[in-house]
Formats: sequence, structure tokens, C-alpha cells
Amino acid sequence: MNETKQISIPEGRDAWEAALEGSKYRDSEFTTVSGESLEAAYGPEDAPGDPASDLGWPGQYPFTRGVHPSMYRGRLWTMRQFAGFGTARETNARFKFLLDHGQTGLSVAFDFPTLMGRDGDDDMCIGEVGQVGVAISSIADMEALFDGIPMDEVSTSMTINGPAPILLAFYIACAERRGLDPAVLRGTVQNDILKEYQAQHAWLVPPEPALRMIIDVMEYCSEHVPKWNTISISGYHIREAGSSAAQELAFTLANGLEYVRRGIERGMDVDSFAPRLSFFFDSHLDFFEEIAKFRAARRIWARKMREEFGAKDPRSWMLRFHTQTAGVSLTAQQPENNIVRTAYEALAAVLGGTQSLHTNSMDETLSLPTEKAVKIALRTQQIIAEETEVAHVADPLGGSYFVEAMTDKMEREAQAYFDEIEKRGGVVPCIDSGYFQKEIHESALSYQRAVESGRKKVVGVNCYTEGEESLEIELHRIRPEVEVEALKGLAGLRSNRDATNASAALDGIRAACHSDANLLKAFITAAHADCTLGEISQILREEFGDYIEPKIL
Amino acid sequence: MSERRIRVLVAKPGLDGHDRGAKTVASVLRDHGMEVVYTGLHKTPAMIAEIALQEDVDVVGLSILSGAHMELFPRVRKELVERGMDQVLMIGGGIIPQDDMQTLESDGFAKLFGPGTNTGVIAEYIQTEVTKRWAASEAKA
Repeated sequence: MNETKQISIPEGRDAWEAALEGSKYRDSEFTTVSGESLEAAYGPEDAPGDPASDLGWPGQYPFTRGVHPSMYRGRLWTMRQFAGFGTARETNARFKFLLDHGQTGLSVAFDFPTLMGRDGDDDMCIGEVGQVGVAISSIADMEALFDGIPMDEVSTSMTINGPAPILLAFYIACAERRGLDPAVLRGTVQNDILKEYQAQHAWLVPPEPALRMIIDVMEYCSEHVPKWNTISISGYHIREAGSSAAQELAFTLANGLEYVRRGIERGMDVDSFAPRLSFFFDSHLDFFEEIAKFRAARRIWARKMREEFGAKDPRSWMLRFHTQTAGVSLTAQQPENNIVRTAYEALAAVLGGTQSLHTNSMDETLSLPTEKAVKIALRTQQIIAEETEVAHVADPLGGSYFVEAMTDKMEREAQAYFDEIEKRGGVVPCIDSGYFQKEIHESALSYQRAVESGRKKVVGVNCYTEGEESLEIELHRIRPEVEVEALKGLAGLRSNRDATNASAALDGIRAACHSDANLLKAFITAAHADCTLGEISQILREEFGDYIEPKIL
Repeated sequence: MSERRIRVLVAKPGLDGHDRGAKTVASVLRDHGMEVVYTGLHKTPAMIAEIALQEDVDVVGLSILSGAHMELFPRVRKELVERGMDQVLMIGGGIIPQDDMQTLESDGFAKLFGPGTNTGVIAEYIQTEVTKRWAASEAKA
């Protein structure tokens, strides 16, 4: 009897499950990178959501399918490679190199002294000046960094947190010195202090005064720098520190909701600042888990903003995000393979609807990237954009049973974390108790164990290894003179400036710490008076105290 | 008499905030029965040496991803030597180019571990080396 009979989907499922029972599987746990179990296939009953209310169309609430109706048909994502090393002059040259090769936005990486609010000549900074990013201690350094680059045309992203309001003040003051109205400036300052306590650890002062400065930035910019994204609420560092995809999603959005609450508490209308909040996620190797994470992020944010905070402006509901491919997924072994890893991660970000993207370079587990490696990373994005034709259709995976089921699951897991955080008193109390830090550490450890036991495979590390390898790729080295040059610049600035003016500006900051004056405004005044990052930060530390991390280990 | 346990200080010198590796290694070494003290972040070489002295450790493991290893690692070693702790097993890891690893290894560091190292390898290395050092110092006594 050869007659084929149409069977229903539920009947088919029963038959399929029965067939699976007898199947022999290869040796794998069939889990996501985050360790979540997966089914062998997904069907309609796994994704029971309502297409109208859970998905809509691209550009429609709840934006599961993307924030723009035409997505990349209108404009491709911004290709934004994070760069910075050595002196301002050297990074300025790298920026021009990237712009010449078709990059469309700038992204500044600062060195550790800058990230920690210290001048290069501080005793804590030995050996660190210009190493992992560019050293910027004053408005003069900022002027050198943007020399010959039209600040009214490029959009600039600055990855800085504890001292973010100070660096933003340098940027604004630098534009003002060129005669530009700050209202024309476009860009982003990361300014997300909550994840610093949770994962990245570049802080300046304790959470409460830090949050006050962030709200000061939101308030000042909504009036004077309206095109500036005042916070880039970042999951990247949470993920890189070891979290699962669901933890990255949940902790990041919980932080975002906390900033919104604080803004409202300040008396601001939610729609006056929420459209300028943006996000920053990791794109790891698990293709579908990542795409589901991006889609869930948009839906959760839209729902919270409209339903919980009563935002009326659709731009307040839209979660726009930058993505960086996963640095932690790269291997020092057989480093050229990292080009391939990065390409898959970048593709996931694009299919997930990212607004901008940084692709890591193959040599970043060894040192800062060389120009050649950076160019390949940028070309990877250009190949996705120009050759694969994936950018023609918005949310191409929408409606996939698997992707919709994963998206729903991500949303449920994030909500469970929101409930847990609330039960524990909220985001700041959870930082104080080390809750996030412990969760992240445990995930990191369980991933490490999975790799070391061989349950998770990493090519070149625990399978397909090539024994003792000598690496034959060129490395980027920081010139040893960088520190000397930076210190010379600082000494010159201090001796040439109007000392009375500088000390008055610093006194102004000290006074503003204890009033409800806007600190960003005071920092801009100090930037014009040639006060340095270290001097300003020192006042903040004296007035607000140092932050001591809770011990979790 | 209980068996003597290896005491390890896992330390983060400088301003670098990347502590995933340090915490992972600290936890794994504990799983291997060692007593592990973790310094926390943002420690100067002098602070690290002082903690090592107070905790009377057999091993100091430095973790760094900031590129400042060539400045900070030798300084930690110098501070340890100044405190009479030249017998401590000094190891390290992080984003460190191979040439730098070799330089440090010829300059007082027993071993540097790069990204992707199996943590079991680190634990085994410590066990072997510390046992050797204990045997040598007993023979001397």
C-alpha cells in the first residue's frame, strides 16, 4: 500500500517523537552555548504566541521584528569598529584610516587610566598609559583625537562609564571651541555604571552618586545635546564576564529599567529621555540563541516602557542596539579561525536586527589588533552587507517555530530574573550583596567546566588541536614612548593654563556635588578651564567616597 | 596530622577590571584542595606582596589583560623579593604575547599561561612545583 495519507500536525508530532525514541544520537548534549536544552525540532505548538500582539510587523509594537519598517533597505547598520591605543594623535590616524575604508561611525576605546578617572602621571597608572585604548586626560587630548574629523558629521561612540560625564564634557567643550552648537553632535556615551559594578569593574564612586551623575547627563542632554544617546545600556560586558544569554538579557534590561525609574524620580517626563537610551549586546556563537535574545530584548523593552512606565512616544518603546561579536569566543590557538567565528556572530547580529556592529579582529586574544586584522573584520561586515543579500528582508527568521519558541523562552527567563531582583530589593541592593556577580561567576565556571570536560567543543582548544603551536601572526605593540609623551602633554597643559580659572572651576564642581546643580554643566566649565580628568575625578572621590566591591570569592 | 595544603594568592595588579579568568582559576584551585586567597581588583604590586606575606602563600598567580604586564609583573616580583619571599612560586596569565611570556619566564616567573589553558593543567603544575620546592627545603633543613 503506497497511498500517502495527510496526517495532522499533532498526529505527526506523536509519530515523530516515537521515531526519535529509536534514533541513535551522536555524542552531544544538544544544548545551547548557555547550556539550555534543545528539542530535535520545533513545531507550531512550541510557539503558541499571537502573531498580532507578540510579533506584529517590522516597525510595529512590540518591535519583535525590528524597529524600522524597512529595516536595512532604508539604511544598513552602522559599521563601527571600536578603536583606540597610544596617544590621541595615533588614534586619530587609526580613525582616519577606518573612515577612509568605509567605516561610518567612530568608536573610542580608552586606556585604563582614563576608564578609571586617572591622569597618566598618577602612581596607579604605571605601565597602563595608552595600552588598551587611548589616553585622554583633558580637552586638549580630545582636540587632538578629533583633529581634522568633522564632529558635526560623524557620530561618535565613547566607551566610558565611571568618568563618562567628564569625557562627554571634554567632547562637548571641544565642539564648542570649534564654534559648533552641541545640538548638532551625534553619538553615544556608554555611561552605564550599573553593569560596571556587576561585571566590567571600571567605576569611580559608589552607585548612588554615580546614578545621580547619569541622570544629570540625561537631563542636560535632553535640553542641549538632543541627538546624543545618553546611555548605552550594556550587556556585552556581563556576557563577556561569563553570563548566559538569558542573564545578559535580563540584567541589562533590569539596569535599563532602573535608569528609567531614576529619571522619572528626578521629575523628568519619560518621553523626554527614553528615546535617547540605547543598548549594547554581545553576539556569541550560538546563532539562534543570539537572534532570539535580540528579538526578545525589543519585545520586553517595548512592553515595559508602554505598559509599566506609560511612555507615549513610540521612540521610547523602541530598543535600538549596538552589537559586538564575542571576544570570549575567540581562541589564541589557530587564531585565523577567529575570522570565521566572528562572521557567524556578525550574521546573527544582522539577522537579529542590530543598528550598529563591531566585528572583532582575529588577533585580539593576543594583543590589540593590527591594521590588517581590523580591515578583515570590517570587510566581514561589508561582505554580509553587500554579498550575502541577507539585508533585503526584515526579520527573515520571524515565524520560525524554533526562533519564536526561543524568543518566548528568553522573555520568560528574563521576567523570572526581574522578579528575583525585585524580591531581593532591586538592582542596587543586588549589586551590594554581590547577587549579579555570583550569578555571572557561576555561569562562567560552569561553561569552563563544560569545555574542560569536553562536553562543549572549541576547535583548536579541545578538538582538532595542532599540538604546541608557534604563532606566526604579526602583533600590534604600543610604542614605549607613549607614556612619556602623554606625561609631557599633561605637564604642558598644567603649566600653560590659567591657574585661577582652573581652580575656580574645580571649586565649582566641589560645591555642585552637594547641591542639586547639574554636574555635567560644571564639568563642561572645568573642561574649558583645562582641568584634567584626574583632577575632576579626585574631587568626586573626595566628596562621594571610593567604591569597595563586595567579596564574593 | 593533617596534610599540608598549598596556599595560593590569586592577584589582579593594576587598573584592569577583567576578573573572569582570575575568579575561574581561584575556584578551580579550591576544587583541587588548595587554600586560595583572591585579592580583588585594582591592586598595586606592593599591596599584592603585602597580602602574599600576611597570608604566607606558596604561590602567587597574577592575572592581567591590560597590557601592563611587562611593567607590573617584575614589580610584583621585586616587592616579593624585598619581603624575603623569593621562594614563592610565581606564575601568571592573561592576554600576554608569547615573546613577553618568554622574557618573564627567564626573569623569575616560573610559568605563564595563555588564553585557552585547561585549568586542570594549572592545578597540576602548581601541585608538582610546590611539592618539589617543599621537598627541596626539607632536604636543606
